[in-house]
Amino acid sequence: MTNFIDRRLNSKNKSTVNRQRFIRRYKSQIKQAVSEAVNKRGVTDITSGENITITKKDLNEPVFHQGSGGIKDRVYPGNDQFTSGDHIARPPQQQEQEQGGQGDASDSGEGDDDFVFTISKDEYLHLLFEDLELPNLEKNKLDKVTNYKTVRAGYCAEGAASNIDIVKSLQGSIARRIAMTADKRRKLKTLEAELTLLEQDRHDNTLAKHKLITAIGNLKEKISKVPFIDSFDLRYRHYAKQALPTSKAVMFCIMDVSGSMDQATKDIAKRFYILLYLFLTRTYKTIDVVYIRHHTQAKEVDEHEFFYSQETGGTIASSALELMIEIMTQRYNEKEWNVYGAQASDGDNWADDSPHCQQLMRESILPKTRYFSYIEISQRAHQSLWQQYAQLADTDDAFSIEHIKTVADIYPVFRALFKRKKVQAA
Amino acid sequence: MTKRKPLDDSSDWTFNKLEQYQSEIERVAQHYRLDTYTNQIEVITAEQMMDAYAGVGMPIGYNHWTFGKRFIQTEQTYKRGQMGLAYEIVINSDPCIAYLMEENTMAMQALVMAHACYGHNSFFKGNYLFKSWTDASSIIDYLLFAKKYIADCENKHGIDEVEACLDACHALMNHGVDRYKRPQKISMEAELKRQEERETYLQSQVNMLWRIGADNETEGKKIKATFPTEPQENILYFIEKNAPLLKPWQRELVRIVRKISQYFYPQKQTQVMNEGWACFWHYTILNHLYDEGLVTDTFMLEFLHNHTNVVAQLDYNSRYYSGINPYALGFNMFMDIRRICENPSEEDKLWFPEIAGSNWLDTVHFAMENFKDESFISQFLSPKLMRDFKLFHLHDDSDKNYIEVGAIHNQSGYQQIRTMLSDQYNLSNLEANIQIFHADVSGDRSLTLRYIPHQKISLADSKDEVLKHLYYLWKFDVKLLQENKYGVDEIIAQCPEPDELAKKKATI
Repeated sequence: MTNFIDRRLNSKNKSTVNRQRFIRRYKSQIKQAVSEAVNKRGVTDITSGENITITKKDLNEPVFHQGSGGIKDRVYPGNDQFTSGDHIARPPQQQEQEQGGQGDASDSGEGDDDFVFTISKDEYLHLLFEDLELPNLEKNKLDKVTNYKTVRAGYCAEGAASNIDIVKSLQGSIARRIAMTADKRRKLKTLEAELTLLEQDRHDNTLAKHKLITAIGNLKEKISKVPFIDSFDLRYRHYAKQALPTSKAVMFCIMDVSGSMDQATKDIAKRFYILLYLFLTRTYKTIDVVYIRHHTQAKEVDEHEFFYSQETGGTIASSALELMIEIMTQRYNEKEWNVYGAQASDGDNWADDSPHCQQLMRESILPKTRYFSYIEISQRAHQSLWQQYAQLADTDDAFSIEHIKTVADIYPVFRALFKRKKVQAA
Repeated sequence: MTKRKPLDDSSDWTFNKLEQYQSEIERVAQHYRLDTYTNQIEVITAEQMMDAYAGVGMPIGYNHWTFGKRFIQTEQTYKRGQMGLAYEIVINSDPCIAYLMEENTMAMQALVMAHACYGHNSFFKGNYLFKSWTDASSIIDYLLFAKKYIADCENKHGIDEVEACLDACHALMNHGVDRYKRPQKISMEAELKRQEERETYLQSQVNMLWRIGADNETEGKKIKATFPTEPQENILYFIEKNAPLLKPWQRELVRIVRKISQYFYPQKQTQVMNEGWACFWHYTILNHLYDEGLVTDTFMLEFLHNHTNVVAQLDYNSRYYSGINPYALGFNMFMDIRRICENPSEEDKLWFPEIAGSNWLDTVHFAMENFKDESFISQFLSPKLMRDFKLFHLHDDSDKNYIEVGAIHNQSGYQQIRTMLSDQYNLSNLEANIQIFHADVSGDRSLTLRYIPHQKISLADSKDEVLKHLYYLWKFDVKLLQENKYGVDEIIAQCPEPDELAKKKATI
């Protein structure tokens, strides 16, 4: 007796739970690896998973087993030169081979390599942004209800022909036909029973038979006249509109491209923007990105130009803010869009312009945006723009400023900006 | 033999062809008196094979991070192309479950069916160790029970608690085997019912034990009754029955791990025989089919190519040498037994007077049923095979700065090589010999274990970590002793560490 079973269509992810257990157990190590990896990562590489390395020592499953030393007798195959009594110099690192006989055979060859494995993009992002949240999301959720989704909401008796639900309608039809003919069918049954009785009778009973047959014919005709489907049977699928919080977001990237910003600084800014973008994709389905670059004048550009073209000249930061306000009013109504802004600069600004920036920010931008962050990438002391913004950051939750010195600061700064604010909640 | 029309030998398999080959193989297997459990052959994909790998041979595994780790390891090495997957996995259960990989060609599927479904399967059913240690009909039920029980525990007590307890049990898994007692056979329903009764009963027994200890103290009697009365080698069993502070569900977890360890114990003891037996039969059965004309030359060439790879033995100085290949040793030993029966030489008649010239089929069945690796080798390894393998023995004493060649494949060395090779498969020499010899029931409740070294080999450093796990289960001081060269017991590991203890006392 033998049974063949085709299991190929069964789910192949039997080990998923165990894999998650593993990641759960080594979360702290993995997180460490992730935050180290994020800074090494290519700036355009945002969709792949990540290789995670954990030292094997941490993953040990200890068991009692025999160690080195003592007397060991082993038998080997393929003797090509030895006779009994020969003495052989002990080869170095011989113990490892000796241990091959016990323990996990598949492990013995690998030695103390690090344990490397790949986590998927989702797992990567999850770890990357764990414990982070978009600030002020809760507060505004309700007044942002501007989108509607059509959802099924049962059946109704009237509607457009294209929405007819055939199954429901035919169910109605069957029910109606049964109800309308039940009485006649019962009569028909009794008559037919009488007729068979008469036919089995030895007498002729022609007249009675004829009467019955006409009655049966009449009844059948009446039954057949009940319509197969009636407009009364028709049922239409009903749809209702359901309000949805908007899932559209726009991200304004503002960068100073004056002469003082070199490529390395821009790279740091770019990494920051990518983190922000990835983070937003976890909350919003569609995200528009608007790139604004500025020196003394601001200009909306595409991604490549934003990051790679060189400009020189002085710096007037307010020009970019003004352009942002203009674009917002033209294209991104704050009722429909969740607006996020991130400004990167090396801190240089024309001194007289900084108070103006603060004013623009306070009066025109922050009321319409969810969150605006300013990062200053420099090694030097803070200048006027930082000071002006610092006053603003103290008073407004939706605005924050951070200082980045090197590439390694990016991720910690990002985490600091979006840290879940538990203290506030409590 | 009458030649029959050969079976379709094109390399793609279909379920139709699988059944044709299977029924022919079954016919031949019955001709050779292979007694098997019902076969359940499941075709799976490579991904599913990796899942099966991660489950370390359990078709239904409970959830634990170590299986996840094993899965990730398998996946990584497989993806990098460092390792091919096995062609099959076979489970010692009734019906006997064998997994065939989808990627195999028809010839490979036939090889695998003969190997697993008739070779391994009949070994599981016939070998004395499996008969007395495992119960094939109840294992699937038991694993189901275990999985459900552990999942329930996770719901009740949290994943972390359960994980910590399982970690501790896994660390001691090799010491959870009953070497002398025979396990009872029990099914799922019975197990469920008994489990509940056991929970309350066990707890009451434990309480009883410790209460007696307390009573003795109050009465001031100075009876130094040792407990346990004899040293215990089954550490997990001792913990399950006697650990003072374990909760009932933790005891059940200990028991589950212990049971599973016991289920796999015979497989550890019969690796050479089991693989040898399966290789012997896939070789014999498929050759029989070839003689009947049922399989073609094309089929045979592919089969032989794979077969030769599997039973190849590399020499000690090869770059890829990784010990003696159990497939090679086992296969050649069974082939050799057949040769001794059919064409004995003068030497064979001297070495194997009972079997030389006897019925080969009776003899191989007898060998399969009544031995384990260690005894099988010491009984059946012939001088001819030692010459073929060119076996030699190295004696490595760490006190000396050279390694000595003890014996080689010649007249004066045969006996010694055979003994040494047999010892090499003796699990009680390979696994650390650690026994519980005192639990201080009337005092500080500390547990004392003793390590008895085999040939002066010391215990590896992992002992400290394992002791922490043991401490987790016992929850009072745990000490590991070893007799030093002056015959005095020395503590080689303890948990908690002595300086921690001193600190604790200082604060009190």
